[in-house]
Amino acid sequence: MSKIPLPYTPKVLEIFRNPKNLGKIEDYSVVAEAGSPACGDVIRIYLKVGKVNEEDVIMAASFESYGCAANIASASILTELVKRMPLKEAWKIGWKRISDELGGLPSIKYHCSILAVGALKRAIRKYYENKERPDWLPKEETLEERQALELEKLLEKLYRRL
Amino acid sequence: MSIKALLKAHGTPLREVYFDLENSPFVPREVVEAMLPYFNKYGYGNPAITHKPGWEAYDELLQAKEFIARTIGASPEEITFTHSGTEANNLAILGTALKFRKDKRKILISAIEHLSVTFAAEHASKLLGHEVLIVPVDEEGFIDSEVFEAYMSKDVFLVSIQAVNHEIGTIQNIKELVKIARDYNPDIIFHMDAAEAYGRIKFNVKDLGVDLVTLSSSKIHGPKGVGVLFIRSGIDIEPIIKGQISVERFWPGSENIPAIMGFRKAVELAFNNFESNVSKMRELRDKLMKGALEEIPYVLVNGPRGDKRAPDNVNLSFLYIEGEALTIELSLRGVYVSSASACTSRILEPSHILLAIGRKYEEAHGSILFKISRYHSEEDISYTLENLSEAVERLRRISPLKGDEHE
Repeated sequence: MSKIPLPYTPKVLEIFRNPKNLGKIEDYSVVAEAGSPACGDVIRIYLKVGKVNEEDVIMAASFESYGCAANIASASILTELVKRMPLKEAWKIGWKRISDELGGLPSIKYHCSILAVGALKRAIRKYYENKERPDWLPKEETLEERQALELEKLLEKLYRRL
Repeated sequence: MSIKALLKAHGTPLREVYFDLENSPFVPREVVEAMLPYFNKYGYGNPAITHKPGWEAYDELLQAKEFIARTIGASPEEITFTHSGTEANNLAILGTALKFRKDKRKILISAIEHLSVTFAAEHASKLLGHEVLIVPVDEEGFIDSEVFEAYMSKDVFLVSIQAVNHEIGTIQNIKELVKIARDYNPDIIFHMDAAEAYGRIKFNVKDLGVDLVTLSSSKIHGPKGVGVLFIRSGIDIEPIIKGQISVERFWPGSENIPAIMGFRKAVELAFNNFESNVSKMRELRDKLMKGALEEIPYVLVNGPRGDKRAPDNVNLSFLYIEGEALTIELSLRGVYVSSASACTSRILEPSHILLAIGRKYEEAHGSILFKISRYHSEEDISYTLENLSEAVERLRRISPLKGDEHE
């Protein structure tokens, strides 16, 4: 791998041009957000969850995004990936998968995929908030949830320094 | 993964308008042609060596100095060529700091200087123990003379203030600041970074009373790789890089004669019909600013308006969207601009200039800088406005942040 930072892949540009699953789903089951306007990165994920063979499945997913091209592409590809996926499967998606699907994000943009996954995990947790927690959903926050939280805190800290 | 694949995916838009003159120039054909003989036909020698190609180079070099000196009211021997504006700023700050190394005294700069001044001053402080004072600016980027005076003292030996800010176009009242500084210390060295003013605002170094002045070729459609530091006769600073001294006393290495000849041509073009060039820029600037403010909701102007703004500078913040995404969206439409958003920087921090004028992070993230030149046309501006409106609207549709209108 080259040590010289590369710009975006054609895939990022293509999705930036034609993002999929854009905007609010009218009858969404849950919505969650990661990032902050101060850091210039917000990803909001809408999920519509339904039952298929007794399993909770994402029937539709959509996003809204405030951020750079990598941010928009990460959110868009994530909503593509999770469509028709059981929540249990969607929970396992990591940020590396998002980056790989985009043909590899520049390292300085990894945080965009971390925020996308953070928003998804937040949405899944929120969905089970007043329901019985399924076995596959860890009680404690996972590393990737913490990464998203830490990113937000770091950026808040930068902001407050003003 | 190659960058070529990205370029292929981007494609070439039918119309292209280049506004990123802050970061790299568009060099017109006549400037390129003025450079060509000096690579291999005439004056390609080193001006310090005693043979015909060397003397030819020396002759052209001196003529270029005379020519440039005349445009700022200086003498040819006061002109030192460096290899960029950044290098000229470093020479001014570090060269003066080294000269005064024995007295651990103070350097005064403003909060919105070019980073080649800010970082050079910090470097001087670290290496030599000088103290760096940073005078704040108001919400339009102006230095208040009373605030400036409050920062001044006998201990300040070097002041460095930009004539015009490179991001927000604020024109400072240098003459007044020089006068205040001299009242405290008659021997003070006053450096004015005029990279952004030169060729767009006329000034005379004697009239302003400045000691060191930075000029840059690439800011006025000249080639990259040439800067000038005006060093007033009688001022002594130390060279900051070491090597073979050629003609320049303060800057070692062979002079880049072709680039200097290109710079000279660019100066000639900027100063021919100076007034009409500048009034054209001002008209196009106002058309772009007015159009954007009228056609697009939630837009902030960064920097002052009217006569105290550089004629070529338009800097706008588009709220609820992020600047990097907007530069890419505009690029796909053939409009090339830059943003001071954190996302476009390696350190993920927005511009220190926008923060210094009190912009919030989210306001700085949505900033876009357009630099207007005499090569732009009315049609370029109309095309830009049309695409700007559509680009902003598309990205706002994607954004979860909304203004009242969008709720």
